[in-house]
Amino acid sequence: MPLLRDGKITEDPYTRVVGSDELPGEGPILVDLSRWQAERDALVAWGSEVGVQLAADESPAAIALDLEHIALVALEFPAFTDGRAYSYARLLRERHRFEGELRAVGDVLIEQLHFMDRVGFDSFDMKSAEAAEEWKTAQADMSVWYQPTGDERATATRLRRS
Amino acid sequence: MYQYDEFDADFVQERAVQFGRQVEDRLAGKITEEQFRPLRLMNGLYLQLHAYMLRINVPYGCLNSTQMRKLAHIARVFDKGYGHLTTRQNMQFNWIKLSDMPAILLELASVEMHGIQSSGNCIRNITADEYAGSAADEIEDPRVYCEILRQWSSLHPEFSFLPRKFKIAVSGSDRDRAVIKAHDIGLRLHKNEAGEAGFEVFVGGGLGRTPFIGKSIRDFLPTQHVLSYCEAILRVYNQLGRRDNKYKARIKILVHEMGADVFGEKVEKEWAEIRETALELADSETARIRGFFAPPAHEKLDDDDSDLAGDPAFATWVEQQTAGHKKPGYTIVNVSCSPVGKPPGDISAAQMDGFADLADTYNFGEMRVTHNQNLVLTDVRKKDLLPLWQKLVTLGLATPNHGLISDTICCPGLDYCALANARSIPLAEKLSERFADQQKQKDIGEIYLNMSGCINACGHHHIGNIGIVGVDKKNSELYQLMLGGSAEEDASLGKILGRGFDEDGIVDAVECVINTYIELREAGEKFIETYRRVGPDPFKEKVYSAPA
Ligand code: SF4
Repeated sequence: MPLLRDGKITEDPYTRVVGSDELPGEGPILVDLSRWQAERDALVAWGSEVGVQLAADESPAAIALDLEHIALVALEFPAFTDGRAYSYARLLRERHRFEGELRAVGDVLIEQLHFMDRVGFDSFDMKSAEAAEEWKTAQADMSVWYQPTGDERATATRLRRS
Repeated sequence: MYQYDEFDADFVQERAVQFGRQVEDRLAGKITEEQFRPLRLMNGLYLQLHAYMLRINVPYGCLNSTQMRKLAHIARVFDKGYGHLTTRQNMQFNWIKLSDMPAILLELASVEMHGIQSSGNCIRNITADEYAGSAADEIEDPRVYCEILRQWSSLHPEFSFLPRKFKIAVSGSDRDRAVIKAHDIGLRLHKNEAGEAGFEVFVGGGLGRTPFIGKSIRDFLPTQHVLSYCEAILRVYNQLGRRDNKYKARIKILVHEMGADVFGEKVEKEWAEIRETALELADSETARIRGFFAPPAHEKLDDDDSDLAGDPAFATWVEQQTAGHKKPGYTIVNVSCSPVGKPPGDISAAQMDGFADLADTYNFGEMRVTHNQNLVLTDVRKKDLLPLWQKLVTLGLATPNHGLISDTICCPGLDYCALANARSIPLAEKLSERFADQQKQKDIGEIYLNMSGCINACGHHHIGNIGIVGVDKKNSELYQLMLGGSAEEDASLGKILGRGFDEDGIVDAVECVINTYIELREAGEKFIETYRRVGPDPFKEKVYSAPA
């Protein structure tokens, strides 16, 4: 899947390790929550970055105390209509002060990027390589925001006061 | 009323342009209907039985005359010359062509209107008491907080893909005219012992297949916390609401399955984390918004009712359609859009234009849409009632049936809606014809008759004193009868009386229920009071023993 980060399609440095698949020899890895919980100590000692992927019914509360060891959290959108991960993202950023990479995976559509961007996602598993171009266009669509979220973008209320 | 500033104007304009482009992409075949569907739903465009339907938000029911004339223009140019008022205080157009959408949205944006979030699983148009700002029994003006909530909920990044749609209503009077207990969140403004304003917070009310009356989870929420508290409720719901079954996805099911106490605890816990954030309303911001809802320039008048007699038809209308105003010499006027034998809530372009003129002449250029699918003028001088009435008569908007049996709530039903089991509009027409006699209606007194074409309950049948719902039995249209619902402070859900009826049978059954009430009532007793006193049995007996 093309990875969109900082407005560009980039190479994903992480190797996705599904379920109990064998770990690669080295390099950054992205594991499921259950794997993280089962092999936490070994993974903390892994020589490179470790990411944890949460399914839509797995709350980030499960990793809140481990975040200093986690470089990437990937949140799943099983369907674009399943919006649980928007809340998870805000909790990670604003409540648990997670500063690593926050990645949207699954049914990630251009139209959803505005929302994802605002709740704290900074990388996106896209369906097509044209995503960077499309996102550039879509980004220009909207310039007004009403809700204070962790992204610190000025809301209309704040701008009115200034 | 609220007026857009540059930010609001940009927001709506940008969105109109964006959706216009998406429509062009669809028309050019660049995207499929499947890809287009979520985009159009986010903008209030549904695909119905025969055509596209566009639902346009009327924020908490407030509309000015310029906007109404624009709606008339859209009805005339892009629809079949009429629109439809909905139970969410919105306006719907049922015959829209996709290719006209970009133009329509720009027209709407030019008068500060749009269809954003009028569909989809997001926070829908926030509704309020239609008498807000003017009612004699008002404690605080709910529109201030509706507007604050409206802005906060507009394309909320966290809450645009909820398990299901989400409806908020705010009431600011002792009398609940906003049906707050039938909402996902119902907010009741009241004052504490120190005289400060705050909200009682209800959650988990709703109609549909599994109706529930909302439960109170907090007695008093200081007003500056309204956004953080709502955000806490939504955050709990967004994470825990069911997503496995569309019919169990509303917050009411979560609250019911979890228990209101447990749900309330989770909300309080979340709220404690976010109450002192940028969501807390600064007094200056609330005051700024409140400024938009300052009362119009009322004159100092005597409260003189002497001109209101005379023509008996006029006197009847005054008695039935007006309500108490804060200011002496002024009154609130209910304007019925449910005339005898016509679809409730339908309004023609000519009526819209004519009504806009009346609002300019007699009501400071403003008007309201009600959840009963009617219109309201909130600040009419009593001495203007006679000329106002005469012009309403000419427009066909002077039916004196406010709160009477022919003032029904009715969903679009099988004439428009793909989900319907039965027609509701023709039935509403038949019923209003059966009870057309004004004397008889007056004698029956205050009663609410609501009907829906299927169990989805868009016509609020559970909270009508009499409710009718279309059900599907072996491919024939069948109607079930419910009694005992109420939409007010004492909200209750109606109960099914017994087996269903065909279209003629249901009209007879309703008449039989009414006759039974008249027999049983004690002096001064409303229908709902009699029903609550005697229970369903006497009604059941009469209705099902009547010769078929
Ligand atoms: S109640 Fe049923 S028939 Fe009526 S509008 Fe709603 S879904 Fe359609």
